[in-house]
Amino acid sequence: MLKIAKLFMFSLLGALLWGANMVSAGQTIVIKGSTTVLPIAQAVAEAYMKLHPAVNISLSGGGSGEGIKALIDRSTDIANSSRDMKGEEVKLAKSRGVNPTSHQVAIDAIVPIVHPANPVKNLTNEQLSLIYQGRIKNWREVGGENLKLVVISRDSSSGTYETWGEKVLHGAKVTPRAQLQASNGAIVQAVSKNRYAIGYIGIGYLNKRIKALTVNGIQASAETAISGAYPIARPLFIFTNGEPAGEVANFIKFLSGEEGQKIVKREGFVPIKR
Amino acid sequence: MNRQQKEKIFKITFFIFALTSILVLGFIVFFLFREGLPIFRSVSVADFIFGTGWYPTYDPPEYGIWPLFVGSIVVTFFASLIAVPLGILSAVYISEIAPAQVKNILKSIIELLTGLPSVVLGLFGMVVLAPWLQETFDLPTGLNIINASLMLAIMAIPTISSISEDALYAVPQEFKEASYALGATEFETIVNVTIPAALSGISTAVILGMARAIGETMVVLMVAGGAAAIPESIFDSVRPMPASIAAEMGEAPFGSGHYHALFAIGIVLFFMTMIFNLIADYISHKFREAGSATL
Repeated sequence: MLKIAKLFMFSLLGALLWGANMVSAGQTIVIKGSTTVLPIAQAVAEAYMKLHPAVNISLSGGGSGEGIKALIDRSTDIANSSRDMKGEEVKLAKSRGVNPTSHQVAIDAIVPIVHPANPVKNLTNEQLSLIYQGRIKNWREVGGENLKLVVISRDSSSGTYETWGEKVLHGAKVTPRAQLQASNGAIVQAVSKNRYAIGYIGIGYLNKRIKALTVNGIQASAETAISGAYPIARPLFIFTNGEPAGEVANFIKFLSGEEGQKIVKREGFVPIKR
Repeated sequence: MNRQQKEKIFKITFFIFALTSILVLGFIVFFLFREGLPIFRSVSVADFIFGTGWYPTYDPPEYGIWPLFVGSIVVTFFASLIAVPLGILSAVYISEIAPAQVKNILKSIIELLTGLPSVVLGLFGMVVLAPWLQETFDLPTGLNIINASLMLAIMAIPTISSISEDALYAVPQEFKEASYALGATEFETIVNVTIPAALSGISTAVILGMARAIGETMVVLMVAGGAAAIPESIFDSVRPMPASIAAEMGEAPFGSGHYHALFAIGIVLFFMTMIFNLIADYISHKFREAGSATL
């Protein structure tokens, strides 16, 4: 009899805890996807949760494809993506009754970077393309020291790589000798330790340990990215299933509103509205 | 409840636990094949394994994993070259030569090495070893085969050392005594008697160590450099198979050719580690009775 009473108590306790959990998790927004959009989403989510303490935002990276996959599986409310959805993905989404809707939230400018000790300051789009195809092999050929060029690229499925391939290489293949790194941070890490290296990162990841190059003589900045003068820029998106409603809609309004866009700028990206 | 019933319940409980682990493994293998096999509708097995172009996101895509395969083999080979002598010799020292106190300290240090998270080793290789290698040897990059092999060796040494040590420990005392009685020195005894008697266990240790190295992901992702080209020197960057999977899976569109190709790489890895394990199993069974009769 005692055992049964104990069991009853435990299940009661369990039910109580579960119930409490349900209440506190009343409004949860799940966000998943691109690592490029992650710093924006994180800062905006923090600001938003401060304003709306009842809302709980669960944020994770994983990559654009992962976010879109989660949206299709209905395991996320918002998918961050540094690229537009592919035809294949849209088709799959439609077949599962998911209706992906895109919202542009920022512009990302991708910047070629080198070691601070590298004397090269500018490369043309053409030179960048030849370097990444492995046809320019030495820094001497582009006005630098007599050092072998070490090409560092992002892994072939990242949105950043895709944009780079489109805007710089125009569809040509990256040399197989290119070192592939899995994140913006890893590229910064590798380039900052290597005088031979060239890499590329989102403008939000620039810091003092590396040197940004100008492209065609134009420095990457908010102005040049928006005006289109800087050649390697792309929009960043978030996707929702259908038109957003409720808390998700509020969040997106906040993100694309004045305050959210201020955060976008502070994180080193280019806001869509000014 | 009588004794028999209790006994039965125990048996069933344990059976269920054992079954669960087998079922889980079965599900994983099933999933691996279900997600990986569709790639062979668009590319033949030979082109997949021996193709030299890994351009899964281009149009038309190329799904040749040969550079990745070679990358895995090369880093595993060099890691074994470093880890096998170090692992076995340290096992010999711990089991046969070291005084009891030194033995205890060494053993626990090597066990500690086992528990070292691979991401920590990777980070060490990336921020300490890579710049050092680059400056010392004036290389274009420190993220290369040598760096990855060294880090993998550090991961494989504890496996090789502790299993070898068990094998050496299991060699019957009479063997050594007989050797000493014939006037052999300690060195002669170790080389001619103890090691040959423990050879099956040591071989198993080596193979399991290599299997550990070939399947390791984090370290090679961080320090091998990630170039999907067939290396020309030991200072070139490579992109071993697990690193490819880890780096690309996150952004491969779900259900695409790239996605299936990454799972197919998983199948290749699965077969490789399985072959390693089968060899280890075969050796340890075949040469198990290293008793007095076989010497």
